[in-house]
Amino acid sequence: MKKKGRLLKLFTTSLYISAFTFGGGFVIIPLMRKKFVEDLHWLEEQEMLDLAAIAQSAPGAIAVNAAILLGYKIMGILGALVAILGTIIPPMVIISVISFFYNAFRTNVVVNAVLSGMQAGVAAVICDVVITMATTNVKQNKWLSAVVMPVVFVLTYFLDVNVVYIILGCIGIGIVWFVVQHVHKKQLEKQQKGNDVTDVNVTHRRHWRIHK
Amino acid sequence: MNIYIELLLVFMQVGALSIGGGYAAIPIIQSRVVEQYAWLTLSDFTDLITIAEMTPGPIAINSATFVGMQVAGIGGAVVATIGCIIPSAIIVSLLAFLYFKFRSLDIVKDILTVLRPAIVALIASAGLGIIILAFWGTEGFTTDTSALNIVSVMIFALSLFLLRKYKLNPIAVMSGAGALGAVFYLLL
Repeated sequence: MKKKGRLLKLFTTSLYISAFTFGGGFVIIPLMRKKFVEDLHWLEEQEMLDLAAIAQSAPGAIAVNAAILLGYKIMGILGALVAILGTIIPPMVIISVISFFYNAFRTNVVVNAVLSGMQAGVAAVICDVVITMATTNVKQNKWLSAVVMPVVFVLTYFLDVNVVYIILGCIGIGIVWFVVQHVHKKQLEKQQKGNDVTDVNVTHRRHWRIHK
Repeated sequence: MNIYIELLLVFMQVGALSIGGGYAAIPIIQSRVVEQYAWLTLSDFTDLITIAEMTPGPIAINSATFVGMQVAGIGGAVVATIGCIIPSAIIVSLLAFLYFKFRSLDIVKDILTVLRPAIVALIASAGLGIIILAFWGTEGFTTDTSALNIVSVMIFALSLFLLRKYKLNPIAVMSGAGALGAVFYLLL
């Protein structure tokens, strides 16, 4: 029963979020974060960012990918299927209806006014989330965030570098960083061992002297 | 070949090849749907992108539904949309499995530590694009104050204030922004 309740909640929440994901792509991440991290506590803040990274690097629509990851985390494969269904129903229904009335829709003054207003609202929502996420990130890892965030922003916004290369680049830097830390740790351990050995010798000699 | 199978196969390609989401799907849809199969004219296709931008949902899904609908009715819409998500469903489920299994490894942790601030920057970049579209109605970067849409700036500022200060629900804020837009643009 509890499982059914969670599935239903997952379905209705995905449906609700998808119906408001104007602008596509990353807009869904702030909405998911608000619902699943802050309201429902089904995910942690960092997990949400990791899921966003995976959703972005895999083929397909980010919103659908993010829904799959979220559903999988919450209820396994069944959860993933339910989240996909919730995410694709709103655009399917809306587009089906619009494709019948396209001309009337495009020229409708009220529709255009509402959509322009919503665009400004969407911009504010993204801005809000970026501020929150950036602050959390800087708190956790000051120098890394201070370097990575501006560099990636300039690369993607001004230089139009493909997101796939950015993600691959970050993975590469992560691997290098891991290796460097690993080597450093090994060296420290070696030194530590060297010190231990001399300590032992010293105590041995003392013992020997005392015995003598 | 059966039209449903054709739709399914074409949109599976769209789903599998559009890495990076959103606008990455457009060139692939264009090459298959407009150039190869002539299911839509180029002007239909431009309209389709406009609709996709004006309505919620990913462009790939919107296109699949729209094209399927035009070519083979509701059945076509369903088949094309399913085709579009099959590659994601398989690949992303696998990635999800791997992520939850291996994320506690040190090397995966280090990679994720570098990726997180990068993702924040990517979201910021998408956000700036939408802010510029809302304020100026254009896609590219601009600082021309004379073409600024004041109503849009005011709605933006008010929404941001309510979100930061009172932590209002984003969906409530967006609906309110839509209502404000209707009031301002229709009255002024």
